[in-house]
Amino acid sequence: MTVAEAGLAEQLWLEHRALFGRWLARLRRERLAVLALVAQPLVWLLLFGHLFARMAADAAIPGSDYLRYVTAGAVVMTIFNACLEGGVELLFDRESGFLIRMLATPAHRLAIVTSRFAYLAALTGAQSVVILAAAYALGVRFASGLGGAAACLAIGCLFGAGITALSVGLAFSLRSHAQFFPIVTFAGLPLTFASSALVPLNLMPAWLATLARLNPMTYAIDSLQGLIMHGWQPGSLAGTAAVLAGFDACCLGLAALALRRGMR
Amino acid sequence: MTGRSDAVVVSGLTKEFGATRALDGISFRVSPGEIFALLGPNGAGKTTAMRILLTLLRPTAGVARVAGFDVTERPSLVRGLVGWVPQERTADPLLTARENLVFMAGLHHLRPKAARARVTELLQFAGLAGHANRLAADLSGGMRRKLELAMGLVHLPAVLFLDEPTLGLDIGARRSLWAYVRDIRAGGTSVLLTTHYLEEADALCDRVAIIDHGLIMACDTPAALKAAHGASSLDDVFLAATGQDMPDQLPADQLVTS
Repeated sequence: MTVAEAGLAEQLWLEHRALFGRWLARLRRERLAVLALVAQPLVWLLLFGHLFARMAADAAIPGSDYLRYVTAGAVVMTIFNACLEGGVELLFDRESGFLIRMLATPAHRLAIVTSRFAYLAALTGAQSVVILAAAYALGVRFASGLGGAAACLAIGCLFGAGITALSVGLAFSLRSHAQFFPIVTFAGLPLTFASSALVPLNLMPAWLATLARLNPMTYAIDSLQGLIMHGWQPGSLAGTAAVLAGFDACCLGLAALALRRGMR
Repeated sequence: MTGRSDAVVVSGLTKEFGATRALDGISFRVSPGEIFALLGPNGAGKTTAMRILLTLLRPTAGVARVAGFDVTERPSLVRGLVGWVPQERTADPLLTARENLVFMAGLHHLRPKAARARVTELLQFAGLAGHANRLAADLSGGMRRKLELAMGLVHLPAVLFLDEPTLGLDIGARRSLWAYVRDIRAGGTSVLLTTHYLEEADALCDRVAIIDHGLIMACDTPAALKAAHGASSLDDVFLAATGQDMPDQLPADQLVTS
């Protein structure tokens, strides 16, 4: 080429643009998947919101409004599920030979993974906006206002990054996607129940509450609930951010190990 | 003759996987604008040699250079100089022909405007201009193969590597692909391919290396190989060079392995 070569920053931009565009184009072609991505979080919200509302009315649900309580859980559960399955596309690429073809191009290897993070952050961000808007339409008001909603998205992103890393690590540790889905399904539901998504910790059996306290999902949900129901609590938000950052670092470390073996 | 001008230089290349020696010190050169084939039975070492040249495997010993650059010393530079079309179907079936090409252009750091121009040119060249907006999944086998070759050409590589380029294609599509590969060479790109089809090597390639058990058994033009072995076809040369005179009969010791 006679034109000047792109510098490192421009190279990263160009390859991320291509990779992100591919994920988006694939999503656009799967109409049913798009429908599910919008419908599923709403189902979470409406189903759980109404299913447990009567039971919750008799219990000591803080703020006494279950729909308001479960909004935070619906956002975090949606992010959790999308990110937990989010790595499987890389496993498909490994199986089809697409990945190794990408590895023989000058694109940076890590960009294949970071583009997936960016895509899932955008996707779950959009889903979260849908849930928050639906909750608003159903009468849920945010104690922390619009800024609180933005903070919810940021915390969701921080939580989703770690889960995505785990999923990507899993995708590079397994031989086929036939193993991937059973593992993800097996892990997904218990982790959701062992968190404050649906039931506050003080209403749980002690052993479950202890498990839930170790679950990073609980930290994300508690912060979102705080923002929605009680307003800004900078100290607790900073604590959550620190816990989630630590969680992300551990997950990224695990993923890096799996990547090092899987990309060679 | 340590030519910077050579498209590919392989010298004493050895690759061991544990106790298995996949390549046992092979050497060959590919000149600029040449179509060169690595021919051999399964497990002979063809794919290993190609993957080392593509920087996807590190050699145990020996030297491999592409367009003058050592593949272990300058891997990212080499990746910008080679195009590779694997045996697997690697066009994304959910992307259109154009989107697949634009995607590869991005991975090779072509700027959007240059990428668009190059992709339009390639669609024309591959005879896919009328199918640019069809999903790769909906293309015929032959057209999809041409798309996959075009995906290896977005960055005007010095050397194009083709792994079993016509596997699974009918004879019409295969002939059409050969013409396409000759057009690629006419554009100044060297081509290194592996193939099982001896007829393909005979019809398409300037020179052929027959490789078996990690060693090069013979390397010359198809005509010279046939003359040297007094053979009428490359099949006979191949069988003589690889010692597979009676391919239907297994040696007795292989029949009793428990």
